Amino acid sequence: MTAARTVQTDDTTKPGRLAQLWLWSARHPAVFPAAMIVITCAIIGAVNPDFLHVANLFDILRASAIRGLLALGVFVVLAAGGLDVSFTAIAAFVMYSLTLIVVNFLPGAGIVPILACAALAGGVLGAVNGLLVNALRAPALIVTIGTQYALRGALLSFVGTALFMNIPGSMSAFGQMPLATVTTARGLTVTLPAYVLLTVIVALATSWMLNYTLIGRAVFAVGGKPEIAARLGFRVAHVRIFVFAYAGMLAGIAGVLHVSANRLANPFDLAGTELPVIAAVVLGGARITGGSGTVLGTMLGVILITLVSSVLILLGIPSSWQTAILGGFIILAGLFFARIDRMILK
Amino acid sequence: MPRRADAQLMFLVALNALVLLSSLILVDRQFFSLFNFQSMGTQVPELGLLALGVMLAMVSGNGGIDLSGIALANLAGVIAFLLAPLIFSSEDAPAAFFLAFAGIALATGMLGGALNGALIGYAGMTPIIATLGTQLLFTGLAVGLTGGSALRLGYVQIIDDFGNMPIWGIPYSFALFLLIAAALAVLLKFTRFGNHLFLMGSNPKAARFAGLRVQSMLFRTYLLAGILASIAGIIIAARNSSIKWDYGSSYVLVAILIAVMAGVRPEGGYGRVICVVLSAMALQILSSLLNFMQISNFFRDCAWGLMLLLFLANARVDWNAYIPAALRGNARQGS
Repeated sequence: MTAARTVQTDDTTKPGRLAQLWLWSARHPAVFPAAMIVITCAIIGAVNPDFLHVANLFDILRASAIRGLLALGVFVVLAAGGLDVSFTAIAAFVMYSLTLIVVNFLPGAGIVPILACAALAGGVLGAVNGLLVNALRAPALIVTIGTQYALRGALLSFVGTALFMNIPGSMSAFGQMPLATVTTARGLTVTLPAYVLLTVIVALATSWMLNYTLIGRAVFAVGGKPEIAARLGFRVAHVRIFVFAYAGMLAGIAGVLHVSANRLANPFDLAGTELPVIAAVVLGGARITGGSGTVLGTMLGVILITLVSSVLILLGIPSSWQTAILGGFIILAGLFFARIDRMILK
Repeated sequence: MPRRADAQLMFLVALNALVLLSSLILVDRQFFSLFNFQSMGTQVPELGLLALGVMLAMVSGNGGIDLSGIALANLAGVIAFLLAPLIFSSEDAPAAFFLAFAGIALATGMLGGALNGALIGYAGMTPIIATLGTQLLFTGLAVGLTGGSALRLGYVQIIDDFGNMPIWGIPYSFALFLLIAAALAVLLKFTRFGNHLFLMGSNPKAARFAGLRVQSMLFRTYLLAGILASIAGIIIAARNSSIKWDYGSSYVLVAILIAVMAGVRPEGGYGRVICVVLSAMALQILSSLLNFMQISNFFRDCAWGLMLLLFLANARVDWNAYIPAALRGNARQGS
């Protein structure tokens, strides 16, 4: 699962023990979020033993499902050397427009066609991102900032600004479907919703795609060194369109999940959640320069972010400090991985 | 390159004229009142300063960008608001209070810029990730320190004058902005730092082999961007006489849009201060025009996004190829 870039690390020089540890963790970037999760859990378990309960685990998994889907999309884009900040706008656009259409014209539609439509619409919007990045030859960040505002502005000025609760029955049923239920000692019932499975399936599929298919190899090749990938015969422009379309598709699905889980469609939702998602992916070990990272690392990054935000409340830290701590985490992860990159270059 | 640069400058002058002309047609004469121009003049500096910061980061190359500008501006305002009253009372010594306020804000901007510079220059982080992280950190600190509520500065005559009043018809803050822009232009054009910055941006490898201290250059560039952001923070606080952690939520986009519209190359190595100033003015006039026409903010965001894409596309089209050959010959001789 490791990237092409980080594989050829052991050269002639024999590094010391500590350096070897660094290099080892460079090849297994998932170690970083995993270690942080363990540390966080240990601290919080010591302060508040109640925390280590299945109910809390369910809570964190449920809260990670939607962010996880978004993060997988961002990860694939990042692996190919791009960056997408428009995915929340795509998710909001698809979720609101689609729910509106289904409620008004096809109230009896099942969840499977709805999800398929969302995936398709999101994929098309994402492909537009890819086309623009290719055509404008500008940094993907700047292009997707443009599409983010264009899409969000179009949603709010042309589609609607009012939230509505009468979402289609199939969506609300999907959001309510239980996978498992536990009752805490205090008699509180906590359910693990079935849609968590969807994220797990998508994660497995993404991992399979990246590791065992040609397009997966192409993604990492393009992310590592585009010129060399082009000489190897990968069509760089097509790969770029594919990764942005993939991210858009997952964003569309995540949008429908969001409506189903909250049982209301609010066009103002999801905006501004792109930074925590990108933070999760970066914490998971994907370099913004492309060509590296793993699905496992990404998912652990997502869980870490969710864990931290729920833990702060248990620790008695006001939630207003959450953003600052998140920023600190990104900087820490960035420093950690930049240090590793330098060791490899040496 | 100079030919292209001149074309950009002409284009921006034409754009300003075009927007003014269309406002003459689309809205009533009130748009052309001195008051409206002064009010636009008070709004340009904060955007222009942030865009200058983005320009510096972009010019430095290496995928340079500063996403933390507005976050740092707000944080500078928040910290100055919390600390300045401890030194001077705003009622007894308003001038000293304002000086302390500005000084603390500037110091915050320097610290924030130095953090960005250290992460990017010395620790070798990618500018996007580093400034994304510091954006969250600065915003988070501002939220944490204020608990998420707006801070009322109250009416302090000297601060309000600085933010809103004109001197000889020109708002103070706008005059200050022009001064800073001029100083920055001189810095970029006539000093070693400026020359090296453009060299580094257009060819980082050559810059390193030429013996430029790339790390220290990057550090100083982002430090400068941080200082510009904190000046924007002082102006924002003075203009609104209040400080909010989430002020200007779309400024990240707007600052980048102004820079791209000004012809700054996101890949590095090229950008002109005067173009950024003109570009900021054009955008502000357009924004006021949309306001006068009572077009919703949502549509404005949409338009800004589309404009960003449009101007990125514009940079990719060689317009000369479409000019008839005869005219083209003339144009060449002319320049």
